[in-house]
Amino acid sequence: MKKIVLIAIVTIAILFPIGYLIFGGLEKNMVYFVTPTELLAKGKSAIDVPVRLGGAVAEGSIAFKEGVITFKVTDNTNSMSVVTTRTPPEMFREGIGVVLEGRLKADGVFNAERLLVKHSNEYHPPKEGEMPHEVYKSLQKQK
Amino acid sequence: MFVVFSLIAILFFAFAQYWALAIAPPEKWMGDVYRILFVHVPAAWNALLMLSVSFVASILYLIKRKPFYDRLAASSSEVGVVLTGLTLMLGSIWGKPTWGVWWTWDPRLTTTAILFLLYMGYQILRRLIDDAEQRAKISAALGTMIFLNVPIVYFSVKWWRTLHQLQSSPQTVAPEMVLPLRLNAFAILGLALIFLWMRMRIARLESQKEEQ
Repeated sequence: MKKIVLIAIVTIAILFPIGYLIFGGLEKNMVYFVTPTELLAKGKSAIDVPVRLGGAVAEGSIAFKEGVITFKVTDNTNSMSVVTTRTPPEMFREGIGVVLEGRLKADGVFNAERLLVKHSNEYHPPKEGEMPHEVYKSLQKQK
Repeated sequence: MFVVFSLIAILFFAFAQYWALAIAPPEKWMGDVYRILFVHVPAAWNALLMLSVSFVASILYLIKRKPFYDRLAASSSEVGVVLTGLTLMLGSIWGKPTWGVWWTWDPRLTTTAILFLLYMGYQILRRLIDDAEQRAKISAALGTMIFLNVPIVYFSVKWWRTLHQLQSSPQTVAPEMVLPLRLNAFAILGLALIFLWMRMRIARLESQKEEQ
């Protein structure tokens, strides 16, 4: 009898996550990040709410100043200014996809508390004579 | 036969790894870090393959009721769950230098973690039932159901926004990297088959002992 109860518990423990995945609020709850356009559409209700913001780092928008990094993140429709004091991952550069964890402030600037870099599915060797890119070292020199 | 196969598989694995580490060029942006690709991706492919074998074996058991299919389902799911764990670990090690984090709850990572837990649960369930026939029946039903998560894991990067990249294809990967990736896919398959073979032998001996 004890065994049957145990088996029932294990079965439920196994089937619950599957059921959740199939019928549960995946659509609602598993939006991993929002785009600048979606965040702007929320208006005032988005201000100071923790959220993940995703997009590409706009070309020519990165600036370093006294340990603060500012750049623009874009979804090709709208862009949003971002400020962070966190050290970016080595892959951080213009044009690359990023996911930022933080809050949109009332002044329209997104304060990022965490900076994640999204890698594409492309893999290519460096061109003839080119060193494998060491972005981080060049960033450190800029500081 | 088994020893010969194992020796060839291990030697081929060493050869494929040598190609991945020494012959394949570094990646333009990631440098040498990207070489985790050559174990992470083959581990993931073979994990899904082994879990698919377990799924087919579970269905065959439900139709034919032959103990062989139960042993195959148990063995292949065990190899599959080890490879799933390996995929998660290697992905985490790769994630830190490229993404900047060891882990994040994006759909691909979350569904893979659920996959690992589901098949761990399946392993626990198998060990809770003493009666061989009852165990085989319940496990086969469960093994069929939990496989539903495998396509969810595979398509998660297409269905939802993720941090994890989409599947690569020969169009997105340089040819001199595609070849070592393919070599390593077969190399890991060879290792997985060694484990499957050994695990099947253990399962056979266990069922012989149970019958006594």
